[in-house]
Amino acid sequence: MTSREQILANVKANQPALHPLPEQFRFTSVFPDIVQQFMDILAFVGGKAERVSDYEAIKKHIQEYYPGMTNVATTIPELASLADTTLAVTDPHDLASLNLAIIEGQLAVAENGAIWLDERQLPQRVTPMITQYLAIVIRESTLVPNMHDAYQRITVNTTGFGTFLSGPSKTADIEQSLVIGAHGARSLIVYMLP
Amino acid sequence: MKVGLFIPCYIDQFYPHVAIATLKLLESVGCEVDYPLQQTCCGQPMANSGFENLAGGCNENFVRNFSGYDYIVSPSGSCTLHIKDHLHATNESEATTIRSRMYELTEFLTDVVNVSSLNATFPYRVGLHQSCHGQRGLGLAQMTERMLPPFSKPVQLLNLVDGLELVQLDRRDECCGFGGTFCVTEEAVSAKMGKDRVADHLRHGVNYITGVDVSCLMHMEGILKRSNSNVQIKHIAEILTATV
Amino acid sequence: MNQLNLDHATASAVFNKNEPRVDWHDETLWFVRAKRDRAAALIPEWEDLREAASQIKNHVLSNMHDLLVQFEENARKNGIHVHWAANADEHNDIVLGIIQKTGANRMVKSKSMLTEECHMNNFLTSHGIEVIDSDLGERIVQMRKEPPSHIVLPAIHLTRADVGETFHEHLGTEKGATDPQYLTEAARQHLRDTFLTRKVALTGVNFAIAETGGFVVCTNEGNADMGAHLADVHIAAMGFEKIIPRAEHLGVFLRLLARSATGQPITAFSSHFHKPRPGQEMHLIIVDNGRSRQLGRTEFRNSLKCIRCAACMNTCPVYRRSGGHSYHSAVAGPIGSILAPNLDMKLNADLPFASTLCGSCSNVCPVKIDIHDQLYKWRQVLMREGYGTTGKGAAMKAMATVLESPRLYRMAGKIGRGVLRFSPAVAENRFNPWFNQREMPAPPSESFRDWYVKNKKS
Repeated sequence: MTSREQILANVKANQPALHPLPEQFRFTSVFPDIVQQFMDILAFVGGKAERVSDYEAIKKHIQEYYPGMTNVATTIPELASLADTTLAVTDPHDLASLNLAIIEGQLAVAENGAIWLDERQLPQRVTPMITQYLAIVIRESTLVPNMHDAYQRITVNTTGFGTFLSGPSKTADIEQSLVIGAHGARSLIVYMLP
Repeated sequence: MKVGLFIPCYIDQFYPHVAIATLKLLESVGCEVDYPLQQTCCGQPMANSGFENLAGGCNENFVRNFSGYDYIVSPSGSCTLHIKDHLHATNESEATTIRSRMYELTEFLTDVVNVSSLNATFPYRVGLHQSCHGQRGLGLAQMTERMLPPFSKPVQLLNLVDGLELVQLDRRDECCGFGGTFCVTEEAVSAKMGKDRVADHLRHGVNYITGVDVSCLMHMEGILKRSNSNVQIKHIAEILTATV
Repeated sequence: MNQLNLDHATASAVFNKNEPRVDWHDETLWFVRAKRDRAAALIPEWEDLREAASQIKNHVLSNMHDLLVQFEENARKNGIHVHWAANADEHNDIVLGIIQKTGANRMVKSKSMLTEECHMNNFLTSHGIEVIDSDLGERIVQMRKEPPSHIVLPAIHLTRADVGETFHEHLGTEKGATDPQYLTEAARQHLRDTFLTRKVALTGVNFAIAETGGFVVCTNEGNADMGAHLADVHIAAMGFEKIIPRAEHLGVFLRLLARSATGQPITAFSSHFHKPRPGQEMHLIIVDNGRSRQLGRTEFRNSLKCIRCAACMNTCPVYRRSGGHSYHSAVAGPIGSILAPNLDMKLNADLPFASTLCGSCSNVCPVKIDIHDQLYKWRQVLMREGYGTTGKGAAMKAMATVLESPRLYRMAGKIGRGVLRFSPAVAENRFNPWFNQREMPAPPSESFRDWYVKNKKS
């Protein structure tokens, strides 16, 4: 008997009688202002939200916010003029010197500030972690109230990898003292287009 | 209604005044109270130590003493919970009846007697120790872990006492560390928990610490006395029957 | 001071020798519990969410066989190599085999309590494989050659000064430096280099989705992602209970997990892995190691519902005052105390007694495990199976003999009170653990029964 067979046989022998899945496991969240909710919670998790009218406004903000920044890359054609390098590499190690990545978010969640990204936004999976600074552009129309809504909208296996990203990388492993920028991006700005 | 009074062994032996106050209180709200003379212990000391199998004698004795009452009331959340959760006997149908008729004192007063006034005065600052078995086990009060509307049966009663000022603790329902045999088998942690609980009450300037379980109070009293504190412990029955 | 070889009570007594340190430990973890309370209070449906999570997990336990088979099939279709390990040794051998096949002799690893349970690091090290833990807390304790003391906050027992000293020694930070920002930056530089140079990365698994054959890994630091996305080979290890039926059930669990753990609305990264990236190899190891046995223990099986949030540790008044190492087990605290006896009853017979049965754990638990009731039930099992001392058994037998007999009880009470009244030294001495830090109650001259017979019975 292989370990697989042995484990499965033991499991089968020992598991209790079938217990049905609950019918009620999706809940509704109501926020007076879903955009404001997202912005507040993003600030709470260490990120920063900027409501902008168009791509020009994003360009202007980035140039002011990160003056003279080099090793900037983006997947967004409208912002291509900000980039001096590319995310389209075959070896993810080539992104090691990336300073700023500007990518698109597919969907954003108001209850926790999370943004869903999959390989359609991430030519390399490591992009939002390996970059020193991260900017994500979302459409306000993609905001959903909570995670139940999010999982109704996305298909987790459309691509081989996807992540809910909420705020910059952080740790509180030293005496519960919060430090932003553990291994991943040191900051996150989310640009919110109408 | 005929009430059988269950006085846990350590109250009988060490805190008879708590039992007397309980008896007085029940009689003052119109209960016909009887104290079966052959009662001993609920069996919890053995059971919590992992020897539930040795509690059979206590169980049988409990059933012999407390059959036939409309209600069985005890001034202890912990012993009440133990009976409600673990009383089994040769005469199982009788044990089942007893389990369903078993009440801790404060819940009996608020839920069965529906007490709405008391003739009690206690003009002091009081801290309430929410004993775990009463609070989380019997549901005498909402616990801070659950996100549900607050309520407290002991507080409801304490609010009926003239002059009493109830303080709000920093940690409203943390365990005092008594824990039955835990208090000696895990002496270091038990004593530290007790010291921390007492310190919370002292920080809020209490004159008295009260609660529904004498075991927790006994533990905290031991700590107060060791530090020569003037703060005293009082079982809730003593406060609910206090007069100036 | 090695607490790991001591039983819980003895190790706790050692821990409590430094009272200011205990206060600090208690306050630090209480702070996390308070954050959890604030986060949970913001969710009006919190209790319903817990119930939903509990029901989904109940289903999982009851349908484990089919869900595992379904998961395996879908994971294979996704191009993931699935391995099965009956026990810790098999798990470790599988990991070693995968690493050796790549020709690598070093690996970066994100947090996996399962590998702690299997003592994998020591095993790999003894086979010439260097393992670097990349979670900051884990890296700290690894440098100090200590196990994690907490499953979510591995270095919670250490002060910033302790970390400063460790980093000074291992990373060359300035002596005396204690600023968490500075220390974290040093670790970031050190580990970034590690991520960029390792060919093999191991991660844990928070949830495995039967429907899609993928798995989810949650971190705040991004270390699991950094390791996995840069490595040629990604190994993920999971206890088989991590399975959930469908992706949409993640809505329930991801809403509960971080809020229960640290009071965050969600972890910074909740990464869903379904396929290896082009050119990458992805392995997944499904581990039993006693879990199927626990599944068969009616009274204890629902301990397998645990999602490892550690809320029960943060709320546990005993854990906060005894420290994680006093539990001498990979998973400490209340949940560890109901899991560990399944792995080894003799070694862990003390753990179910390291509790006052206050019940706080069961009520913070996001999947509603009846932890404190299981602690009580484990006590019964352990004593029945003979894991108590003979002295304890005899004492309990004697106590029961007295307490079940009204006559003996009254006699013992009378004698006891008399002795305490007239010869208090019998109890007030250093052999009485009660008296060590507490006074004895003042024994009255008569019992309540004496009073009652005198005053009430006509």
